[in-house]
Amino acid sequence: MSSIKLKDISKYVCKNVNLEIFDKELLVLLGPNGAGKSTLLNIIAGLIDYQGSVFFDHKPVDKLPANKRRIGYLFQELNLFPHIDVAGNIAYGLRVQKQSQNEIKVRVENLLQIMKIKHLSSYYPKQLSGGEKQRVALARALANSPSILLLDEPMNSLDYRTSKYLRTEFKILQKKLEITTIYVTHNFYEADEMADRIAVLDKGKLEQVGSPEEIFFHPTKAVSDFIGEPNILNGDYYHRLSFLKSTEIKDH
Amino acid sequence: MKRYKILKLKWEIIPIIIFLGIWEIIARLNLISGHFFFPPFSTIVTEFWYLTVNGVLGPNFLSSLIRVLVGFSTGSIAGLLMGIIMGWSEVTNKALSPIISLIYPIPALGWLPLLMLWFGIGEILPITIIFICSFFPILYNTVTGINNVNKNYIFAARILGASDLKILVTIVVPLALPNIFTGLRLESGMAWRVIIAAEMVAIPTGIGALLMKAESLIRIDIIIVCLIILGVMCLSFEIFFTFLEKKLTNRWR
Repeated sequence: MSSIKLKDISKYVCKNVNLEIFDKELLVLLGPNGAGKSTLLNIIAGLIDYQGSVFFDHKPVDKLPANKRRIGYLFQELNLFPHIDVAGNIAYGLRVQKQSQNEIKVRVENLLQIMKIKHLSSYYPKQLSGGEKQRVALARALANSPSILLLDEPMNSLDYRTSKYLRTEFKILQKKLEITTIYVTHNFYEADEMADRIAVLDKGKLEQVGSPEEIFFHPTKAVSDFIGEPNILNGDYYHRLSFLKSTEIKDH
Repeated sequence: MKRYKILKLKWEIIPIIIFLGIWEIIARLNLISGHFFFPPFSTIVTEFWYLTVNGVLGPNFLSSLIRVLVGFSTGSIAGLLMGIIMGWSEVTNKALSPIISLIYPIPALGWLPLLMLWFGIGEILPITIIFICSFFPILYNTVTGINNVNKNYIFAARILGASDLKILVTIVVPLALPNIFTGLRLESGMAWRVIIAAEMVAIPTGIGALLMKAESLIRIDIIIVCLIILGVMCLSFEIFFTFLEKKLTNRWR
């Protein structure tokens, strides 16, 4: 069980943010640059001080330092330690938590396998491609079996194809691991693809929280300014060829 | 790969051989004021041999070497530890920076008169001079190196559960190594330059003292032997630290 609740959170641009993220949910925090998305993640992670309260499973964690919050955090810049190889990066959290050598070895092997990066275990971050770095960073974030995962625009630096592929993989993994996740992005289509629910943040204010359909079909004024008004075309749906799907537009 | 390295080394030696050849020819042809003031390279080699066999060069060289090693290693370790403390703790940095900024610009040899009165003429004097000459630059390089470490790495380590001490030892200091090594490399050569100067002025043994004796006896060949030794030692120390730096950081930089 790992729900997150933010109560009257204020810091920098964020003013009195109240938000609840349910257990095992993938919530996408959507908003333009400078909306305060990363600030909220850093507050949840305990990396910066703030006003208000953060609750994990209804228990306040405001006094809990970052290294005790049991959070996995995938930073925008990934922040893989450049002087440590892939296996070492993944094992870092386990080592500093003084897990036994045997446990570390098994866990790292397991993550290397899940992330399909076993062949990269002795490589250094500078030798990896963008997508490979992404996988290593995710493996490192998951190594300590965190109960909460925070992802700060992790696909930003990747090309469209790699990003799409990794997003699909990640979504499957998130459901499999049943880990409560906050995924930050400024791209609505990415949000739509990933989210169980979307929270739209603008200038530090939560504008709308709801399912992707709610946000897309019934945006509030501020949200539609950001994502745009939807173009809705009514139509009938039929099969033309067995492998092609088509829609006939009746009216609009 | 090895073959390539040998080839590269050969190319580097060629200019030196040409330089020594020209030197020999100019001296032998008496183009610059005769053998006495400008002895040929072969005479320098012969003199080096005599000085070594007669037991003059060995003890003097050893005295200088021990002073440099003791002064440089203690100065570097102290500078490194102090630099780590100042780089990591903002309070300590703010408290000590003004004092250090005031003392740092004083050239190491400027301390000589004061140290002579405090410690007298003995081994403590040159070792302290080298200590001072190494301490401040390495301290500054360490502080800069630590301050330059991307704060996001520290955040990442903290999130992964690392304590402050663990972050310092496993992330911050290793990432500051390139800066630390720049300090070590430059100051190891500087230590030799300073010890020679200190020995010339105030200490009766060592390569610097031998240099002064040779000057008083107008033995230009011995002076050149001493200068070559100084050049070779500066270079060797710098090469050693470059090698060590590459060994420790090249894999990931």
